[in-house]
Amino acid sequence: MLFKTITKENFKKMVEALLEENEVIGPKSRDRDTEGNKIYRFLKINSFEELEMDYTRSYSSPKNYFLPFKEDLATYHFNDKGWEQEIQYTTHPRVIIGMRACDINALLKLDQVMLKSVYPNPHYFARRRNTLIIGLDHEPLEDCFCRSMNTDTVFHGFDLFLTDIGDRYFVAINSDTAYIILNKFDAGEVTEEDRERFKTVKKQIESKFKTQVDITILPELMDLEFESEVWKKWGDKCLSCGSCAMVCPTCYCYGIEEDTDLSFSKATKRKFLYSCNLLDFAAVAGGHNFRPDAHIRLKYRYYHQFRGFVEAFNQSLCVGCNRCGKACLAGISPKAVIDDLIRTEKNEH
Amino acid sequence: MNIKIPQYDINLEPFMERPPDFNNKSVLMQTEKGFKSEVINIVKLTSQEKLFQVRILDSCEREKFTFLPGQFVMLELPGCGEIPISISSSSSNREFIGLCIRKAGKVTGMIDRLEPGAIVGIRGPFGTHFPMQKMKGYNILLIAGGLGIAPLRSPIYWVNEQRSAYKDITILYGTREPGQILFDYQFEEWQKIYNLKLLTIIQEPDENWKGRVGLITDLFKEVRIDPDNTFAIVCGPPVMFKFVCAYLSDIGIPRQRMFVSLERRMHCGMGKCCRCNVGSTFTCLDGPVFDYWTVMNLKEAI
Repeated sequence: MLFKTITKENFKKMVEALLEENEVIGPKSRDRDTEGNKIYRFLKINSFEELEMDYTRSYSSPKNYFLPFKEDLATYHFNDKGWEQEIQYTTHPRVIIGMRACDINALLKLDQVMLKSVYPNPHYFARRRNTLIIGLDHEPLEDCFCRSMNTDTVFHGFDLFLTDIGDRYFVAINSDTAYIILNKFDAGEVTEEDRERFKTVKKQIESKFKTQVDITILPELMDLEFESEVWKKWGDKCLSCGSCAMVCPTCYCYGIEEDTDLSFSKATKRKFLYSCNLLDFAAVAGGHNFRPDAHIRLKYRYYHQFRGFVEAFNQSLCVGCNRCGKACLAGISPKAVIDDLIRTEKNEH
Repeated sequence: MNIKIPQYDINLEPFMERPPDFNNKSVLMQTEKGFKSEVINIVKLTSQEKLFQVRILDSCEREKFTFLPGQFVMLELPGCGEIPISISSSSSNREFIGLCIRKAGKVTGMIDRLEPGAIVGIRGPFGTHFPMQKMKGYNILLIAGGLGIAPLRSPIYWVNEQRSAYKDITILYGTREPGQILFDYQFEEWQKIYNLKLLTIIQEPDENWKGRVGLITDLFKEVRIDPDNTFAIVCGPPVMFKFVCAYLSDIGIPRQRMFVSLERRMHCGMGKCCRCNVGSTFTCLDGPVFDYWTVMNLKEAI
């Protein structure tokens, strides 16, 4: 990987140049919570000033620029002979600025499912190829446990990755497109001093992780503790609302809905993101529901993240951002559930 | 200064020109493209089930469409929805596929109202198949409950087409009521021509029923199973799997020679929507045909 530096002043110029002709997405403050803290989201920005480079955590993840909440998969035009199917793919380029290491790692996990597994998804592929990603380092929040998930650093899956080293950014470069752009803004060679400052910042970030979650024995534990009371304890709190999946950077499950327009001239097949916690997730025609209880559905959410995905791709699906823990209306956090599970296991044996 | 990010146009990729080949799973293709197909015939089987014979219209797409017994397709009625249906016809029939459909939900309720000539979409084939090659030289015991006979028709056709390669074939078939028996018009052909042994049983008989009465497991009393030389294929409602598979393992059929076909909700067929998640995997990718050892290791599979 190549490294350069760019002054904050030049970075501003670069963003402004990108804004001229491209759609640029970045962290923007949208609201305040009850304690007065800003709530951030990844949204289209119109000027550099709207971009909040000192944001904490976006409420929902930027995954939705790759897996939109709703996406038309096909349109059907009805005619005398039946119908014609029309499929459209995204072709417009987009820049996303400010993605965290955990969110880029989340994309890499989605890549495993959407691109590197069977039946690569052309809609996802088109969006991924048309997106230029500029990542941004940050000091962890109280509840970030990405370090436990090994997703606090990232080496690929982005175009540029910035680390704030004072008056300038230390930049990791991962694509030729980004290299060319960066060089137009007087990107500097990395000096010995830059390197030292970078190392200091990285050490400081590392030292600030407060939350740890032990996942080493989790895949096995998921099977051993399948009947554990822990699932009932937390599952009975679950409201089956699906908020966790909506804010999760790696949840990708979905449903299909089809509708016909009022003139009966065309129909749309639409994909919409779903949640395995919703009541009818595994309900089949005829009335049988393979997962009728909230605690069974909650258990399977964890089972997929820490067991099923590990079996398929040798890594857990969770990146440790704790967005689900924050969004949960019932106060269920992954750390609490996993700690509880491990505690049960230790008491019994 | 302004900078334009280079645009990537997927429409220029060569695969966009070709029909998708769902048997070639790892390449990029238009996975949402449905093969336009005509419903060429509809056979009314019972008050609830019909057999739809569906022919892919484009000759190039039709020639490329090949499947193995046990696989399924996603059948779409544009504007209504898309559902997984196992293929219920011979894999050597390259002209049309048979889909046996019970009107049970919203989409199947609309499909039930179709008339011959209707145009539907087909994607597939998807999923695993029964290992028909491995079964050569063995007896095959096929056990079906209710609608579970539908996915078994494909292996039955297969066996008949290569009859000398297989030893004794036995079909055990049970339904709740006599009026629910499917494909009884083929029973004579199966026994006389295919040289299969067929035993049927009914749980709740009516006054005209003259056959056996009881549960599917009662038929085990009437058949001799050689556990060392038998493959079993089981398909039916979840409750049936438990009793049947437990019996078969008790008499000594290795779990890796027993195959079940599972049913789950599906929205894609390609391991993306997660709706058919079972244990640590997905029914659409590692199933719907699983061996019983795998099923035992998958949480809450049956």
